[in-house]
Amino acid sequence: MSMESLFNRLKAGRLFSFPGGVKPPERKALSNQTAIAALPLPDKLFVSLKQHIGVEGKVQVKEGDKVLKGQVLTASPNPFAVPVHAPTSGTVTRIGLHAAAHPSGLPEQTIEITPDGLGQWTTLSPIPNYAQLPKMKIIEAICNAGISGMGGAGFPTHLKISSKKDVEFLIINGVECEPYITADDRLMREHAWQIRQGIDILVHLLNPGAVLIAIEENKPEAIDAMRVACKDQSRYLVCPIPTRYPAGGEKQLIQNLLDREVPRKGLPIDVGVIMQNVGTCYAIADAIFSGKPLIERVVTLTGESLQAPGNYWVPLGTPVYHLLNQAKYVSSLQQKKRIIMGGPMMGFTLHTDLAPVVKTSNCVLVPSDQAMPLPPDEQSCIRCAACADACPASLLPQQLYWHAKANELERAQDFNLFDCIECGACAYVCPSDIPLVHYYRRAKADIRIQEQEKQKSDKARQRFEARNARLEREAEERKAKHAEAAERRRQAMQQPADNPQDKIAAALARVQAKKQAAQPDAVPEANEDKVAAAIARAKAKREAQQAQTGEPAKASALADDPKKAQVASAIARAKAKREAQQAQTTETVESASPAASDDAEAAKKARVAAAVARAKAKRDAEKADDAPESDAQPAENAQIDDADAAKKARVAAAVAKAKAKRDAEKADDAPESDAQPAENAQIDDVDAAKKARVAAALAKAKAKRDAEKAASTTETNHQPDDITQVDDAEAAKRARVKAAVARAKAKKAQQQDDPS
Amino acid sequence: MITALIILALLALGFGLLLGYAALRFKVEGDPLVEQIDALLPQTQCGQCGYPGCRPYAEAIANGDEINKCPPGGEATIKNLADLMGVEAKPLHGGSTEPEVKKVAFIREDECIGCTKCIQACPVDAIVGATRQMHTVITSECTGCDLCVEPCPVDCIDMVPIKTGITNWRWDLNPIAIKQVD
Repeated sequence: MSMESLFNRLKAGRLFSFPGGVKPPERKALSNQTAIAALPLPDKLFVSLKQHIGVEGKVQVKEGDKVLKGQVLTASPNPFAVPVHAPTSGTVTRIGLHAAAHPSGLPEQTIEITPDGLGQWTTLSPIPNYAQLPKMKIIEAICNAGISGMGGAGFPTHLKISSKKDVEFLIINGVECEPYITADDRLMREHAWQIRQGIDILVHLLNPGAVLIAIEENKPEAIDAMRVACKDQSRYLVCPIPTRYPAGGEKQLIQNLLDREVPRKGLPIDVGVIMQNVGTCYAIADAIFSGKPLIERVVTLTGESLQAPGNYWVPLGTPVYHLLNQAKYVSSLQQKKRIIMGGPMMGFTLHTDLAPVVKTSNCVLVPSDQAMPLPPDEQSCIRCAACADACPASLLPQQLYWHAKANELERAQDFNLFDCIECGACAYVCPSDIPLVHYYRRAKADIRIQEQEKQKSDKARQRFEARNARLEREAEERKAKHAEAAERRRQAMQQPADNPQDKIAAALARVQAKKQAAQPDAVPEANEDKVAAAIARAKAKREAQQAQTGEPAKASALADDPKKAQVASAIARAKAKREAQQAQTTETVESASPAASDDAEAAKKARVAAAVARAKAKRDAEKADDAPESDAQPAENAQIDDADAAKKARVAAAVAKAKAKRDAEKADDAPESDAQPAENAQIDDVDAAKKARVAAALAKAKAKRDAEKAASTTETNHQPDDITQVDDAEAAKRARVKAAVARAKAKKAQQQDDPS
Repeated sequence: MITALIILALLALGFGLLLGYAALRFKVEGDPLVEQIDALLPQTQCGQCGYPGCRPYAEAIANGDEINKCPPGGEATIKNLADLMGVEAKPLHGGSTEPEVKKVAFIREDECIGCTKCIQACPVDAIVGATRQMHTVITSECTGCDLCVEPCPVDCIDMVPIKTGITNWRWDLNPIAIKQVD
């Protein structure tokens, strides 16, 4: 049907319909009798970082900061993020996890603000002349005001309105079909003109063919107010909608007004429609004409357990317990505290009243047990198909339930699980009191998690394959390099015999040239007099030391020391743990192994060694702590010493750790091999047992000796290291060569150890 | 009679040629079954099946190995593999049937000595670091395969269960009340 004929049809008051739906008791009179009132500020506000669908921004304030009312708290370049703002002026007292307004009751990153009671606004930048500005500027202002859909889902508004497609109908959703909730009703009655202003801005941005303001028939005052506000606009049409739940659902409303169905994975814009909630329109007008960000909203506080139900302007972040106190909660009407955020059909029960109000919270419902009894136990499905009749999306709820319960997610998807809008009409009519929507939500969450895992595993496969390809390539390159080197060697061998000597001579000449280049001043003196050279070297050394311990070096040494000490202590801790484990394993094998006593002894020795190492590390750490306090001149030296000592200690500890691990592995192996002869011993005669024990002891002694040797080798490694640091450049080179040789030796020794 | 035979023989020849050409023209590279099996495996590359990675195990399954050797995949993977291969689903090979909690590796960074052993062990390059520099795990890339824990000489790698947050929370039919502790 063309746009014009649709508009005329609606103007004549003729609507289409949507399938299913239910008519639960409305109970709206509880809260819609009084005007929207303001509440006193709570003692603390908890502003969740993410209050909408999308991603959260980065926190722009830190604990202790003073914030002004309306000051931006988060920012993000991601288009799916909208910022949150300070609801009032005050101090940021904490940034951390706090119970979220979410059915899981899990905590979420939250900024805690203690209000100062002044309500001091930050500088606002309204743009009353918006019609003259480029559209992108207006959309940006709407995004910066933190506006996301206020009807329920919380889709970022700036994304919805930056659509490039042609908009035939802009539908303003004031249906509010859920029982109890009257926030939009009161807002339309009292602020119809500001909503109209918001609509004007949207019309300027989207340029739709017509604007339909849909309001349920049970709100005659709101319908009248909106009609008055929009009477000068011929293309704005207020459409009363028959009262039926869920007439306010986006897809149902479009179907009801235009007889168009939104495609499964599509958006309303695919059928030429954009829908906005009346609360969102109000917030847009606020953002453009007064520059105010979204920091408060109308919340319906209702339910039979409240003595002062009604609609209130609630700053975002107000904890629910404050709302209950203000609305005079009567706890005697509930057996157990039961607070529902949202309406009775689609809302969720809060786990704690610490949860704050967020941008999507339109209602806090505290029913009495009498008015809304706790759901009775679930019975078996009797296949009555009442749910199928009630389903507004024309699904087969009992089939979905069947497959969701059996965890047959594929089958559930075949029955279009993702078309379910979770309105709860099926669960409402179910004679067996099955919480059907819970099953669907669970199944949907499972499917989403599975999809995430699938994506992750695909990524892992790619990374694994890329890594294998890289390893292969590296291996090939190495092979090629080796082949090339071998080829070069072969060629060198084939060269005439006098060449190698030439090469040595050339190398010597090169070294000399290098030395001359490095020490242009010292060289002539050295050639003349060796004593003078030594003096020069000493001087150079002193200078080098001074340069090293100069201002910046001193600072870094100071900064490094505690860190190093910390590292050393951490290593010592890990070592101690390792040894404790070792001791434990030793104890367990005590009865089985004849060599147990030896093990115990070894463990004792290891423990002693560990204690010594720990003491050493501690002493080093203490020295490091003491050093900065002593005099400036010695302190410098001490710092160098400490840095060296800490480094040495760290290396020694790492070596000891590796050794300990190896020993532990060996020890683990040893009892097993020992156990074998022990078993034999029980069967065999005593002599064999003795022999086996002697052999085991010999093996152990040998292993110990080897370990000691390895340890002493590493010790000697450090000796040259020390010399290198005090010697001049030439000596350093020599020492390094020596150290390398020693290291190689140590490695060889270690390799010899391992087989034994 | 003879004409019929000749016609049939000609038809057989014609179809034979057609099929032969199609076999050459639409030749499938590789074994598509291995790809399908590989797509069902969880790609942790943990080697707990006894093969060096998920793809080798997929090849082994295609060649007739058991389908129940993948602990990270658990029951769901076995079921999917059974459906694909047209065999009976079996309980997990020598393991518990309870679903394991998803974990990721975590390096206690102040204890890391920068030995790069874990980097070499990681099958998906999810650990960054350099010699004598602190290493760290890219949590979003970690498959929780456990292979980096053993090589660490100072035992500074923990396997930490992934926390349930609001994004990966599953609607629970019997929610447990959670109390805020200050």
